[in-house]
This record gives sequence, C-alpha cells and structure tokens, in this order.
Amino acid sequence: MTEARILPAAAQPRLMRWSVVLPALAAVACALVLPQFANAYVTEVATTALLYVVLCLGLNIVVGYAGLLDLGYAAFFAVGAYTSGILTAEFGLNFWLTIPVAMAAACVAGIIIGAPTLRLRSDYLAIVTLGFGEIVRIIARNLDITGGASGLIGIERPEIFGFKLMQVQHFYYAFLVLALLTAFVCLSVERSRMGRAWFYVRYDEDAAAGIGINRVSAKLQAYMMGAVIASVAGCLYAAKMTAISPESFTFNQSLLILLGVVLGGMGRIPGVVLGAILVALLPEVLRGAGTYRPLVTAVALLAIMLFRPNGLWPDKRV
Amino acid sequence: MALLEVRDLRLSFGGLKVLHDISFSVEKGAINSLIGPNGAGKTSLFNCLTGFYKPKGGSIRLGGRPITGLPPHRITALGLARTFQNIRLFKEMTVLENAMSGQHCRSRHGIVSAILHLPSQRREEENIRTTGMRWLDFVGIQQHAHRLAGGLSYGDQRRLELARALASTPELILLDEPAAGLNEREKLDLVHLIRRVRDETGVTVLLIEHDMGLVMQVSEKIVVFDYGQKIADGTPEAVRADPRVIEAYLGTED
Ligand SMILES: Nc1ncnc2c1ncn2[C@@H]1O[C@H](COP(=O)(O)OP(=O)(O)OP(=O)(O)O)[C@@H](O)[C@H]1O
Ligand SMILES: [Mg+2]
Repeated sequence: MTEARILPAAAQPRLMRWSVVLPALAAVACALVLPQFANAYVTEVATTALLYVVLCLGLNIVVGYAGLLDLGYAAFFAVGAYTSGILTAEFGLNFWLTIPVAMAAACVAGIIIGAPTLRLRSDYLAIVTLGFGEIVRIIARNLDITGGASGLIGIERPEIFGFKLMQVQHFYYAFLVLALLTAFVCLSVERSRMGRAWFYVRYDEDAAAGIGINRVSAKLQAYMMGAVIASVAGCLYAAKMTAISPESFTFNQSLLILLGVVLGGMGRIPGVVLGAILVALLPEVLRGAGTYRPLVTAVALLAIMLFRPNGLWPDKRV
Repeated sequence: MALLEVRDLRLSFGGLKVLHDISFSVEKGAINSLIGPNGAGKTSLFNCLTGFYKPKGGSIRLGGRPITGLPPHRITALGLARTFQNIRLFKEMTVLENAMSGQHCRSRHGIVSAILHLPSQRREEENIRTTGMRWLDFVGIQQHAHRLAGGLSYGDQRRLELARALASTPELILLDEPAAGLNEREKLDLVHLIRRVRDETGVTVLLIEHDMGLVMQVSEKIVVFDYGQKIADGTPEAVRADPRVIEAYLGTED
C-alpha cells in the first residue's frame, strides 16, 4: 500500500458545491422575507408548506434513506401533537418542556411498532404501519384524556423570552426555524456512518449484512429518527392550532406526506422539500378547478408517475 | 490451532441434503481453495460459514470461537468477510462509498454524534474515508473512487468487492469464484492480487474457483466437494492425482 500515491484531495469529502449552496441560500432568503410582502392567507399557506417540509423530511429518512414503506407516519405526528397538547392543556406544563417528552414518546412508539415488524419484508411492513396509523387515531378518538372525537381544545400558545407566539407570522417563523433545523439534521446524518448504512441496507440488504451491518438495528434507528421528527412537528402544530382532533391524523394525512416524499424525488433533501411544498400548495392552486379538483390532481399525479417516475427533482443516483 | 475449523457440518433444504457432514480446517496465513462441480454445495458452505444459512448440525469455529448460527453481521465483526458469486455491490453508490461500507463494524459513531458534529465523529469519518481510499489503492481502482460502482468494468467490480471485504479488517476472507468472467490477463492479475492480500495484509484466504490452472497455481491446500460431500482434501499435487477427484471431474467436465 503505497501511501505516496494517495492524492490528499481525493480523500477529502466532496466540497460543498456552489451550484447547490447558492440556490439553497437564495431559497432561505426568500423564505425569511416572505411574510413582509405576503398577506395573511399566503403566509398561512406557506406555514402549512413548512409543516409539510418537516414531515416529509422526517418520512424521507424512513422511505428515502432506509427504503421502508411507511403508510402510518401521521401516527407519530399525532403522538407529538397529543403529548404536547395534553401536557400543556391538562397539566399546565411549559410548551418547550413538552418537546423532549413528545420525542421520548415517539421513540417508545417507534420501538413498539418497529422492533417486531422491521424484520418483515417491506410490503408486510406497509400493511402493519397502515394498521398502526389507524390504531393511534382510533385510540385518540376513544380516550377521555385526548378529548375523544371532538379533540383537545385550549392548548397554550408557547412563549419565548417573554414573547408569546400568536400571529400567523410568528408561527411561520417558528416552522421555518424547525424546517431549517430538520434539514440540517437530515443533511448531517445523511453524510454520516449511519446515513450510509441506511443506503447500504436500502440498496442490498444481504450485502449490507455481509459487510457487518445489523440491518434490523439500522432500520429501527431510521424509523425512530423519523418518528422523533414527526413528533416535534406535532408539538408545534398543536401549539399553532390550539385545538387538535383525530381527524388531523388520518390515513389521508399519511398518504399526503408520503406523496410529498415520492413526488419531489425521494432520497435527497432538495427534491423532498420541493415535493412537500407542492403537496401543500396543490389544493390551493386548484381551488379554481372547483369540483374538478380531484380529477385534475389525479391527472397531474399520473403524468408525473408516467414521465418522471423518480420524482420531479430526483436523486441523480437512482 | 487452525483459524477456521469446520466439523460435521450438515445442511438441507426440505428433503434436499446439500452438505453431508463436512469437516475441514484452514490454517492461519494460508491460501486454500474449495473446488467441485456445479451444484456441489460450495456456495452453500460459504453461506453457512457467514451466517446466511443456518446449518442443520455441526460446528464452525473461527480462531477457536464458535460462530455457528450467529447472524451475518456478527460473524463479519468477528473477522470473517466474503465476496459473492454474483457480484453484490451497492451499484447506485460511489466506488468510495462501497469501500467505506466495510468499516461500518469497525467504527462506532451514531446519529446523535453526527447531528452534533462532534470532533471525534469528524475524525472517525475522515478515517473511514482515507482507509476506504487506501483499500481502493490496494486493489488498484483508486482513480475511479467517485464514479458509481455500477459503472465499473466487470473486473473492477470484482476488485471493489474485494476492497470492501478487506475494509472490514477480516482475519479470513472467503472469495466465491473471484475469477469468473475474467480474461486470461485479468486472471493473472488476480492471482497476484490474492497473493498480495495474504502477504501484505496477513489475511487468510479461502476461495471457490472453477479455473483449475488458477487454483493449482495459487493454493497451498485444496478441498474438493462433490454432491455435498468432501471427497478429497490435500495439496494440489495430491488432489490432482486422487482417483475420486478425477472421476468427479470426468463425470461433469470433459
Ligand atoms: N436457498 C436454497 N434453497 C434451496 N436449495 C438451495 C438453496 N441454496 C442452494 N441450494 C441447492 O444446493 C445445492 C448446492 O448449491 P450451491 O450453490 O451451494 O452449489 P455450488 O457448488 O456453489 O455450485 P456452482 O459452482 O454452480 O456455484 C444445489 O442443488 C442448489 O440448488
Ligand atoms: Mg456457487
């Protein structure tokens, strides 16, 4: 092994490419100033888009990185929202303290559902996660502490340094911070040992096991990390809405999040962000189509599946 | 004590007996071969050794430690690496990422330290990367480090699989038909490379191969399988002269 022949530059991580960094910075800059120019309606829609960005980035860890099909992801969103909602509304806990509790609850839920099922092949997993999503929603519907079918009301608005988050703009910025944080977290992990392990498992499980990766543990970690991200989004969602009900966490919600991941091009962050924004904007853009809306949506989706089967902005590798 | 000791290993699928009471050993620092006609059970034996198949009976010891029935990732961590008969690279990932994969079980940083960008995590990443490059250099494909693995030539893909396996710093490496699909020139290079694996890294080698010229040239000891049974075991000269081996090969090959 001749050390001298190794080019030091070749051994370095690929440098940040300006072609990626500049557009990303520009997008963040636009996002920062948007509420200054936009009316309340546009800011509201943009806030929803940011919520979907967080959720889609979280689900992307499970689906895009580890290659597991999860049809019940909204359940973890619900776990976060209800944990935070109950703790603030019923027990008067400070909003910020509910976040670690919600994360822990999501971890536990992730292990309960993941540990026995992640050994299964992914098509079985899809069915089990679908069932899990429904179970969580039905539990929320039937317990007293979750407010039954009508849900929880009177969730406290969070305060930060004595400043109470109230208006649409406040929550817009809160979700923007969360989205940027989530993107940073995903990027960090994607380029680390564990992130690579997910890709190895996704591309060839047997080869991954053969080079020393514990596939069940790797999948479980992806599943838990996805769950934690959804739960944090859930906390902030509950605080923004001040009222939550089981109908916010349906199978439809899980499908929309999954749609965002697949639509933009699962696997890498820019595509997923684009997909998430589209999922949030589509219903608004198509408002004019009236009763034809579902038809237009279906045709648009079919066209994407036919002409861009890897998503609108796919990962170059796939 | 031998590095690998296989005793009375049995394997069957339903009614089909694939391995009948196989016993043999591989000494530390050796280059040994496993030969036999198609369907003799060679790959199945490798799959038992590496935990992909659960044997019906018998025992496998690596460096004196029993590894029978452990899951594949544990066995790799204990120092047994392999390549696959039908190349199993992560084709959609870069050549370097493939080489880096072998070090997963030799590194420890997880999700949290990656998010926090801990200095020790950065150092470990750096280390994984340079070590990956070093193994690519060892097998001679460093210039392709940033290409996708699926785009490599067939011969280079085989080299990459070897680099990936070596990156897990094994004590014993199992090569399943490393010369399949290579031309004569590439086969010569491969013989040279296999010798370097043993001589420069001290890794013991056990390989499956159909090319008799290559096998006779590279191995110090040969184990011969036929219909799931061991029919001979010895030096190349002894095996070549063994009437049972001649019969087995006359029956299947020309
Ligand atoms: N997973 C399996 N299920 C059922 N039968 C199997 C399985 N794996 C191997 N076999 C059978 O075991 C026998 C030995 O196969 P194996 O692949 O080990 O042979 P081999 O010696 O490697 O042959 P080749 O030289 O063609 O690679 C064959 O009859 C094969 O059909
Ligand atoms: Mg074989």
